[in-house]
Amino acid sequence: MVYVPHTDAERKDMLAAIGCRSVKDLFADVPKHRQFPDLNLPGPLSELEIERELRHVAQRNTSVEASSCFLGAGAYNHYIPATVDDVLGRAEFYTSYTPYQPELSQGFLQAMFEYQSMICRLTGMDVSNASHYDGATSLAEAVLLALNATPQSRSEVLVSPGLNPQFDDVLRTYLRGTEAYVVAEETLGLKTGDLISHLGDKTAAVVVQSPNFFGQLEELDGLANLVHVAGALLIIVSDPIALGLFKPPGDYNADIVVAEGQPLGIPLSFGGPHLGIFATRQALVRRMVGRLVGETEDVDGQRGYVLTLATREQHIRRARATSNICTNAALTALAAAVYLATVGKRGLRRIAELCYHNSHYAASRIEEIAGLKINPKSPHSVFFREFVVDLGMPAEGVIQRLNDDFGIIGGYDLGQAYPDLANHLLVAVTEMNTRQSIDRLADALREATR
Amino acid sequence: MSEATLYEKSVPGRIGIDLPALDVPEAELPEDLVRADNGLPELSQIQIARHYLKLSQRNYGVDSGFYPLGSCTMKYNPKVNEMIARLPGFAELHPLLPAASVQGSLAVMFNLQECIKEIAGFSAVSLQPSAGAHGELTGLLMMRAYLADHGEHARTQVLIPDSAHGTNPASTSMAGLTVTEIPTDGRGNIDLEALKAACGPDVVGLMLTNPNTLGLFEEQIDQVIELIHGCGGLVYGDGANMNALCGIVRPGDLGFDLMHFNLHKTFGTPHGGGGPGAGPIGASEQLAPYLPGPIASMQQGEVADKAAYRLQMPERSIGRVSTFVGNFGMFVRAYAYILNHGATGLRSNAEHAVLNANYLRTSLKNAFPVPFDRTCMHEFICRGKVGKSPVRAVDISKRLMDHGFHPPTNYFPLIVREALMIEPTETEGKQTLDAFIAAMLQIAQEAENDPDVVLSAPHTVPVRRLDEVKAARKAIFCDPFPDAEFLSRPS
Repeated sequence: MVYVPHTDAERKDMLAAIGCRSVKDLFADVPKHRQFPDLNLPGPLSELEIERELRHVAQRNTSVEASSCFLGAGAYNHYIPATVDDVLGRAEFYTSYTPYQPELSQGFLQAMFEYQSMICRLTGMDVSNASHYDGATSLAEAVLLALNATPQSRSEVLVSPGLNPQFDDVLRTYLRGTEAYVVAEETLGLKTGDLISHLGDKTAAVVVQSPNFFGQLEELDGLANLVHVAGALLIIVSDPIALGLFKPPGDYNADIVVAEGQPLGIPLSFGGPHLGIFATRQALVRRMVGRLVGETEDVDGQRGYVLTLATREQHIRRARATSNICTNAALTALAAAVYLATVGKRGLRRIAELCYHNSHYAASRIEEIAGLKINPKSPHSVFFREFVVDLGMPAEGVIQRLNDDFGIIGGYDLGQAYPDLANHLLVAVTEMNTRQSIDRLADALREATR
Repeated sequence: MSEATLYEKSVPGRIGIDLPALDVPEAELPEDLVRADNGLPELSQIQIARHYLKLSQRNYGVDSGFYPLGSCTMKYNPKVNEMIARLPGFAELHPLLPAASVQGSLAVMFNLQECIKEIAGFSAVSLQPSAGAHGELTGLLMMRAYLADHGEHARTQVLIPDSAHGTNPASTSMAGLTVTEIPTDGRGNIDLEALKAACGPDVVGLMLTNPNTLGLFEEQIDQVIELIHGCGGLVYGDGANMNALCGIVRPGDLGFDLMHFNLHKTFGTPHGGGGPGAGPIGASEQLAPYLPGPIASMQQGEVADKAAYRLQMPERSIGRVSTFVGNFGMFVRAYAYILNHGATGLRSNAEHAVLNANYLRTSLKNAFPVPFDRTCMHEFICRGKVGKSPVRAVDISKRLMDHGFHPPTNYFPLIVREALMIEPTETEGKQTLDAFIAAMLQIAQEAENDPDVVLSAPHTVPVRRLDEVKAARKAIFCDPFPDAEFLSRPS
């Protein structure tokens, strides 16, 4: 309540100026029988009581040393450079809003322009928007774009079986508003290549995640050509850390690239706020969703930045807008920009290499354990940061033992999303995991699967 | 002076952070998949620190000064909430850990759901949506699913007042439904006769912002809701203006079936330069099974005080709308905000937001015409037009910058010509409001006596008026690629 600064005397003066006896009189339009309900809420608490209470609540969550976490599956434990939170703590940034008045928002606008520049280079695409809510909603909007950019008769969305199952869920929710539908693993084989045989004159979009949900890089050579010949658009779900090292979707002629931006300096924060990355080709820019920052000049010829191509957006185009998005994820996009600037060209490559080599070392140590198999369905494919372990017993129990007896967060129980993979553990290894912690994981897994 | 970009400052060979050495054997890299260059800039850490400090100095937030951006509720963001959201127990928690490991976070979610239910009078709340517009789409998909379950497939029309946020019609289109626009009457209410005429067997429902975007409480709200329910439709509340209603009236009690809440407006979480926000959605008993999930639920434990929380999908859920549980970091801040205020504090916020808006309205209405001049709620509209002066709303806005203020919202709602939409919020004191009034009255005088100084504003900020047409024409959306070699894409 301390945030309302009015004194009694000021309140009185203001009411007099309005010509009103009490504050209650200002609510005369509210139906009388419903006015001023008694709300049964906790509080009010002082600042120190809130802090005490919520520190206590936070302690009810498991806290694990960062090097002992091997859980990924769409949210990753990466290092956050100190520069990131230093910038995010600047109140000029975090207490501002969408830069509708560019003259007072040049700082954020330039930071977003630079974010767009770095995302374009990382993905190999022409144009990036200024962020979306998260990776899953970026994908859903990309599919809606593809449906709008292709003839109405095209209502099939081919989805590779390696798509993050939660992205798939969100996509299906969004498609409830359309006539379109997903063709996925029930009808397709387990390889992206099998998608091709389903391409046809009903196909609006093909969605391929690489590295896929199981950590494997998909075969993308020649895919775009086949998709384009069939008259559809290719949407690649990518990973921003992998892009530090591996060829970008732009090299494979993708039409739209989306990704979860959380690995770029954004805390796990129990699932959000994260960051939706969205980039596309110049030809699709006027169909693109979300805010876009463009360079311009002021009346003196000085360089400046503004939100542009607003005629795509809901506040201008209303029912015919390319999307309903208004509030996006500007501050987490700023975090990503500071992250990318800090690690830079060599740093992002180095972090990607550490993830690659650490995860391969972990896989080789786990493979030594009798009865455990690495990537059982595709032992020869290239993997990055994450891999599948067939434990020969339910993953749920093994994860529990790793946690209870060894203080290790062992990975993701694939049985949660795929009933036939209940014996499979998805293990993520990043630059945060030391050799020692990887050796401990291998030893603990040997014990826990005995 | 414009500030050089990161790419312009980049020097090959620099890096902003030390990284650990590799301590495991190198695995073989698939050379045909590896890129030559990832295209990122190369800067030292001091360059980065200075770059972003300079950019921050070229930006204006609530902590910089008065920010009466109507409809956006730019109130103070309590510092303690920022600190709490960064506690490692919350910030470093993985979303896919087993429920037993995340009881604290699930408790925060459950308690926040309960608070919103109580404040707004709904049966259930889902925290999934990430922003207000996201909540709208969610609500419309729920309405569709509910009506389909009841065999009502012919309903496709969504009634939306002409004063509504653009997100309402845009969300309607995304949900595969059609908009019927309803005019506003002479007192700034939804036109009841037009609404009556639009009600029929093809109506999904009404999307209504109340107080509406004119800052006015719908005077015939009971009849409006009765009409919609009478024709078999549902009433969706756009909760953008819920900050005026906390402790004043519960939308659920008024008969709203669904409503989203903008945690970044009503419950003081920061706007972050345009997000992330959070747009939880509340539902009446009949619509609750359709909420997106998962949502937090509680089972009373055997030991008192040892309740067990878990995540659960509602029975007829439309599905997920976010990858994980939604913007959890915002839930922590909003819950802390509610704990701080309690019922009395939330009501006091609404009362002072309304007091401040009426004080500004009364003080400015002789200089700037107020088209619907009756007691407003937390915001009001005036016209940025002074006599026969050529000065327009946009010019007044730019001139306000010279006085150190952020301008109000311009040219919205669309039904008022030269609209200036002013929302002071409850966290501004009388001194600030008086200074703003003085600036506005001075600008009104300048508009008549010295219009050029207003037409050419701003004069005192880092850049002057920016050419938005040129931005669209030049279409420069990223730094030029001078070294395009990292791109090997076939052309």
